[in-house]
Amino acid sequence: MSLRTNEAGSARVREGKVLVVGVGGLGSPAALALALAGVGTLGLVDADRVELSNLQRQILHFTPDIGRPKIDSAKEKIQQLNPSITLVAYNERLHAGNLAAIFAAYDFIIDGTDGVATKFLINDGAVLLNKPLSHAGIVQFHGQALTVLPQRTTCLRCLFPVPPHPDENPTCQEAGILGSLAGSLGSVQAAEAVKYLSGAGELLTDRLLTYDALALRWREVRVRPSPRCPLCGTPRTITGLHPEAYELERLCAPV
Amino acid sequence: MSAQVRIPTPLRRFTGGAEAVSADGATVGALVDSIERNHPGIKERLCDEAGEVRRFVNIFVNGEDIRFINNLDTPVHEGDEVSIVPAIAGGSFCPGLATLDAP
Repeated sequence: MSLRTNEAGSARVREGKVLVVGVGGLGSPAALALALAGVGTLGLVDADRVELSNLQRQILHFTPDIGRPKIDSAKEKIQQLNPSITLVAYNERLHAGNLAAIFAAYDFIIDGTDGVATKFLINDGAVLLNKPLSHAGIVQFHGQALTVLPQRTTCLRCLFPVPPHPDENPTCQEAGILGSLAGSLGSVQAAEAVKYLSGAGELLTDRLLTYDALALRWREVRVRPSPRCPLCGTPRTITGLHPEAYELERLCAPV
Repeated sequence: MSAQVRIPTPLRRFTGGAEAVSADGATVGALVDSIERNHPGIKERLCDEAGEVRRFVNIFVNGEDIRFINNLDTPVHEGDEVSIVPAIAGGSFCPGLATLDAP
């Protein structure tokens, strides 16, 4: 189905509201693609400042932006690309206390964050608030992505019921990321948002997409909602966002 | 039974960089033992002290999650494709797999 010839789908994209959490490696290409696709409202959440080491993959930020809040840098570039888009900038860290208020206005959520605790927080918030979500992770030469339609398709907790504790990963170290890998997966996330809004195609639901840049293979494995998922299974043990559940330390280098 | 097992990047240092290895066994557990014989050290990355698959590793036979079949007792047939897929969290692979030296 062509997006261009589907007027109703295009209109839904123009009226669509997408939230990108994190404007780093994944969020930069995702936000860029969404702005160019003409998504009506784009929300951006990030509390970090641009660092030199970000530039090899965080394509919304340029050398003169070093030291600036990422949200300002991202907003500036996106406005230049598409001045007609409505941009909402949240210069704050997403946490259990502000998630519901931020998520409320959006049709689709893109997880472009790096921290393990934040990934679980976003998954839980999206499922509890019934917000469709694109999840992705990247490390070194490897990426993964999964789209979640709350209560209908496999969520992150169906695959991994509890986030890892920092103590479980003593050897974790800065692994580095192939810069273009972030672009590949971030673009997948943007495509999912546009498809969701327009109603075109088949979403990446109940399929975990894996990308191996070394072998250059995109593969997928079938995944299923887990009957024992603490969030969407039985018994449902996660019914709200409790800050202490997401206070795990950051494990590794920022994405 | 001989099956192809897809090795995720953080474990390829055990397989000399190979993306896939052949392994023999009638069940996923037997395959894991077979891989361990040829590539010592890999099993403890996949399984915990109790011998169960680690929480942040998922194993799929022909694209199906073994947790929904019979875990390590899931049968494997000639020519099956087995994939090991670790969780990714925060710029690293999850516990047990640690990170890798780039090949």
